[in-house]
Amino acid sequence: MVDATLKAIEADPAEALASRRYFLGRLGVYSFLSLFAFIYLLPLFVVVANSFRPLPEIIQNGLIGIPHSFSFGAWGQAWSSYCVSGTCEGMHRNFFNSLEMTIPATIISTMLGLMNGYILSKWRFPGSDLIFTCMTFGVFIPGQLSLLPWAFILGHVGLANTIGGLVLIHCVQGTSFTTLFCRNYYVGIPDDLIKAARIDGAGFWRIFFKIILPLSPPILIVSVIWQFTGIWNDYLFGVVFSSGRGQPITASLIGMASGGVNVRVYDVMSAAVLIGAIPPLLIYFFGGKYFVRGLTQGAIK
Amino acid sequence: MTQATGLAEAAAGPTLRERLARAVPIIVLAPSLLASFVYVFVFAIWTFYISLSNSSLLPSYGFVGFGHYATLWRNTRWKIAYSNLFLYSALYVTLAILVGLGLAIAIDQRVRGEAIWRTIFLYPLAVSFAVTGTVWAWLYSPNAGIEFLVRSLGWTDFTFRLTTDRNLAIYAIVATGIWQSSGFAMALFLAGLRSVDPDLVKAAQIDGAGPFRTYRKVIIPTIAPIFVAVAVVLLQFAIKTFDLVAALTQGGPGISTQFPANYVYDLMFQRGQIAEGAAGAMMMLAALAVVMVPYGLWLVWRRRRESGHG
Repeated sequence: MVDATLKAIEADPAEALASRRYFLGRLGVYSFLSLFAFIYLLPLFVVVANSFRPLPEIIQNGLIGIPHSFSFGAWGQAWSSYCVSGTCEGMHRNFFNSLEMTIPATIISTMLGLMNGYILSKWRFPGSDLIFTCMTFGVFIPGQLSLLPWAFILGHVGLANTIGGLVLIHCVQGTSFTTLFCRNYYVGIPDDLIKAARIDGAGFWRIFFKIILPLSPPILIVSVIWQFTGIWNDYLFGVVFSSGRGQPITASLIGMASGGVNVRVYDVMSAAVLIGAIPPLLIYFFGGKYFVRGLTQGAIK
Repeated sequence: MTQATGLAEAAAGPTLRERLARAVPIIVLAPSLLASFVYVFVFAIWTFYISLSNSSLLPSYGFVGFGHYATLWRNTRWKIAYSNLFLYSALYVTLAILVGLGLAIAIDQRVRGEAIWRTIFLYPLAVSFAVTGTVWAWLYSPNAGIEFLVRSLGWTDFTFRLTTDRNLAIYAIVATGIWQSSGFAMALFLAGLRSVDPDLVKAAQIDGAGPFRTYRKVIIPTIAPIFVAVAVVLLQFAIKTFDLVAALTQGGPGISTQFPANYVYDLMFQRGQIAEGAAGAMMMLAALAVVMVPYGLWLVWRRRRESGHG
């Protein structure tokens, strides 16, 4: 009895200390995360809010502020009537240019990556590892190194200043990424599975469609997200190999932002920035979870 | 049925069809292989040759030697660009890793709403540097952004002018780069933390190690390879830095935030000095080699060691 009370007295302060420590630890973790979340969300909040705030209000109250009145005018202007470098059609043309460039280049480079990854992991031949290493160099080559040769080639095949030329560039450059991702992912699929299928008489294509492709969704998602966001967000090739109305949206955004306009049209710019950011953001919001999972399953090793 | 024909064919030696079947993988691989070969080697040699030629506005192939490299390295703007690259890479990679690791460890403490936190920290990765740079340029702008906000809240002497100060503008680029990429580091570190053997952690705790010591002595050493992978990916982002600068500072104020990528672009397409631009591009490749060659050797060494142990 006495013993029990003593024990309770002894245990209590220790337990109180422990729970206080736990509480402080939680407080620390959540404050740390909240502080960073604030910094990470601030720019998003600012553009979204400003795209709905009337320009006089932004100029008067500064860029960071809660909207006092809403207007959708900036979105309409940014989409169809704002003047960039002499033409007053807004960004819609550039937006569709980006779609026209990004969708085919993503599909083609992903398909090539799947096939290359499959061959370089499951149909190895003498020298295939060396070939794989060389192909991955393409991932690291700075774009500046390829600008002059591309200018020459695009000029000679008649693709200069076209979306088709940009598709070609992104397919060639992107295939190094998708090949790297897919090959590293397929290496994890047991070779016995392929051997068994071959003994059963399945050939190259049958094994691909019946065994490899059904196991591919995680790496397919990584490839598509990586390629779509990378190509959509590319600025270098867009600004070099297209101009004016023919530019993809990322290139025209920088042209608009640094175009030397004296009165800053923050409201229209905000809407334009969001129009340029929404497609990759949507892709991330829906696929982000699978992206991280797939990336760690094989892409980065 | 197929097996039977297969056997029959095998008995008769390799038929045309069989030989064709054996060639399929190589035929399928060939176009990408050719494209990659041209993209990686032919383009690099081509650019290298142009850097040695007398090209100016248009490529021409008269050989002049390494003169353009000398001109490049005599130029103050290029020297600033190259030293900016080193300063930026060092700060950006180190700090993005620290922030990413910090966030990953915090999220790993069984917090509520993990998916929401993760999305918040990862979303900047989806957005282009063009968008990021434009928006952060506004936030840094003295008469409309953060300085304006704090002053209007009552602190009238507050100054926050990164992008208009020659000595500080580079740090604005570093901070923005970290904002964009630390989520990527976080995601990979988080996956790494989740893959650590729970028994190892339990053993450390039984030995009386506190949470801090457990991280320092047990968990972080086990995920060391992830540090290397993250650092290499971030470093090659850093060397390619181009659009962030174009959108955020346009290389200014003055020439204080020039980067090699921006200067090369200017030489090639604004000033019509493509040979010197090509020399600059080759120097970018050299910077990349400084990173990639040791990494490649390290990978080979690790693979050898692993297969030696296995």
